[in-house]
Amino acid sequence: MTQRFTGTENYVATDDLKVAVNAAVTLRRPLLVKGEPGTGKTVLAHEIAKAIGAPLIEWGVKSTTKAQQGLYEYDAVARLRDGQLGDERVHDISNYIRKGKLWEAFTSPELPVLLIDEIDKADIEFPNDLLQELDRMEFDVYETGERIAARERPIVVITSNNEKELPDAFLRRCFFHYIKFPDDETMRAIIDVHFPDIQKRLVTQALEIFYELRGVPGLKKKPSTSELLDWLKLLLVEDTPVEVLQNRDPTKAIPPLHGALLKNEADVMLLERLAFMARRENR
Amino acid sequence: MLLNFLDELRGAGIRASLKEHLTLLEALDSDVIERRPEDFYYLARATYVKDEGLLDRFDEVFHKVFHGVFSDLGEDQATIPEEWLRAVTEKFLSDEERAAIEQLGDWDEIMETLKKRLEEQEGRHEGGNKWIGTGGTSPFGHSGYNPAGVRIGGESRNRRAIKVWEKREFANLDSSKELGTRNIKVALRRLRRFAREGAADELDLDATIRGTAKQGWLDIRMRPERHNAVKLLLFLDVGGSMDDHAKATEELFSAATSEFKNMEFFYFHNCLYESVWKDNSRRWSERIPTWDILHKYGHDYKIVFVGDAAMSPYEIAWPGGSVEHMNEEAGEVWLQRVVDTYPAVAWLNPNAQRGWQYTQSTQMIRQIMSDRMFPLTLDGLDDAMRSLTRKQG
Repeated sequence: MTQRFTGTENYVATDDLKVAVNAAVTLRRPLLVKGEPGTGKTVLAHEIAKAIGAPLIEWGVKSTTKAQQGLYEYDAVARLRDGQLGDERVHDISNYIRKGKLWEAFTSPELPVLLIDEIDKADIEFPNDLLQELDRMEFDVYETGERIAARERPIVVITSNNEKELPDAFLRRCFFHYIKFPDDETMRAIIDVHFPDIQKRLVTQALEIFYELRGVPGLKKKPSTSELLDWLKLLLVEDTPVEVLQNRDPTKAIPPLHGALLKNEADVMLLERLAFMARRENR
Repeated sequence: MLLNFLDELRGAGIRASLKEHLTLLEALDSDVIERRPEDFYYLARATYVKDEGLLDRFDEVFHKVFHGVFSDLGEDQATIPEEWLRAVTEKFLSDEERAAIEQLGDWDEIMETLKKRLEEQEGRHEGGNKWIGTGGTSPFGHSGYNPAGVRIGGESRNRRAIKVWEKREFANLDSSKELGTRNIKVALRRLRRFAREGAADELDLDATIRGTAKQGWLDIRMRPERHNAVKLLLFLDVGGSMDDHAKATEELFSAATSEFKNMEFFYFHNCLYESVWKDNSRRWSERIPTWDILHKYGHDYKIVFVGDAAMSPYEIAWPGGSVEHMNEEAGEVWLQRVVDTYPAVAWLNPNAQRGWQYTQSTQMIRQIMSDRMFPLTLDGLDDAMRSLTRKQG
């Protein structure tokens, strides 16, 4: 490996994250990243690709995704149709084989970064089905008898939201990193990276409101880093004066432009109720 | 040293294997990290730990194994009581602490006592109330309860620790208890009810053949895959007398979480009242009204209570009988509401079955449950699952 990953100008990486990324990049083992939604798991893969100047191949996993789809798909129905229509293409089976993302990554002319996003969304057997392929970085195409092997082991980043437990055998092959929610200091660094000229006081006030909001018990969906960044962007665009954030009285618990922070009408209701109670106490 | 580390990790329940170990060696060999203890810690963590719930345990083991290595004294604690003495002389004391020490006598006196203790004591030692060590109530040692305590060796637990692994930032994630849950999972398997729900992505061969024969052209029929469609609400009694059964309950809980997709759990204390909670550390601030649960979850949910049902009869029968708060309606009213709403209810009792008849409250609850109380054993679990799947009249 020519260079070490040290975060980029757009991404603040903590020390432990750097070590995990460098280990995964050097040894070419998959890096499994877990963490609360919105802490920058997916962005990490983008940034690694950017940092080492490699193309990024994204494979977004859904609940219906099968491991085979990552390798290749054989479109038997299309071939059957062509057979009925007497199309010439029907004689070559490889016409009906569609390459998957893994295939793409293995045969990419440049060393790519392969992102397998939200692996826990898929069926519980999904990771097991990819064991061999990720371990040996090769697979067979049964229809043509071809063997697809990676020219160079791609850098694989896998993200998980922890909806399902991953099998042991799969985990053993990965490096693991848990992105914990950034503390105040890291958060400031992150904001600095995204909004370099934002007023210091605005950030202080906004962060205060943000952490307070995260601390409200009973919120269905706690706002996370990506929501904070969106909110700050809105505050900037709207040119909100610091005073608006500062002069908060407890009877108005809802922060300005709260739509960016709270994504659940029940949460907004909860805050309104809290504000109502605060008003009643003041009376 | 590293093999020893692997053993310790496995001993602490982190299922690291030779595979991870070799990976770590390979990484060290290819100079992934700079030679700094912190980097080594991060690398080892990324290699061995695959579950954020185990990070805290990893920190503990790491601290234990590499404690002597990374501190400037490269020897085992037990063999160098001088280190403790040295720590005493270096120790930091505020004025208040100094004043507190006066309680025991003056400084020299403490040192004198300390020396005597050291002579009596043979090894390093934790807990207890006389010997020097950590975590005890003796005035000697560290992290103790005695306000006149002298800090000897180790890091204070109240102070910001110097090394990352001593911070143990992940302390409250450790909840997984995967100990012999396989048997329980097998028993829970009885509660499977397969149903086809969701996206149609499986070829229904029979229907396709039938359709093709009927239509005269290829008529592909798809159907959804089979999933375990059982829905379960788990109510867990926590605290008090249930502490004795924490292990069994945790095993059951852990097995149930992995077995059922549609499972919700709630905690209560002793008896069910107007609200329950999902997080024990926030049991007073984040309560969920029992009415909400009754309204939210359809009657096709199956209800399982886990509790020892051992309490004062007042706690069940009388309004205001709860030990913790003023309940406006009696526990039995709430239990009855649950039984009336959901046809499939079972109560799992970790206490041995032969003792049930001697506890009045157990009898009362058993009656409310229409005799559907089962012991928390494999057989009992089996019976309970059978009862839950039975067609309710």
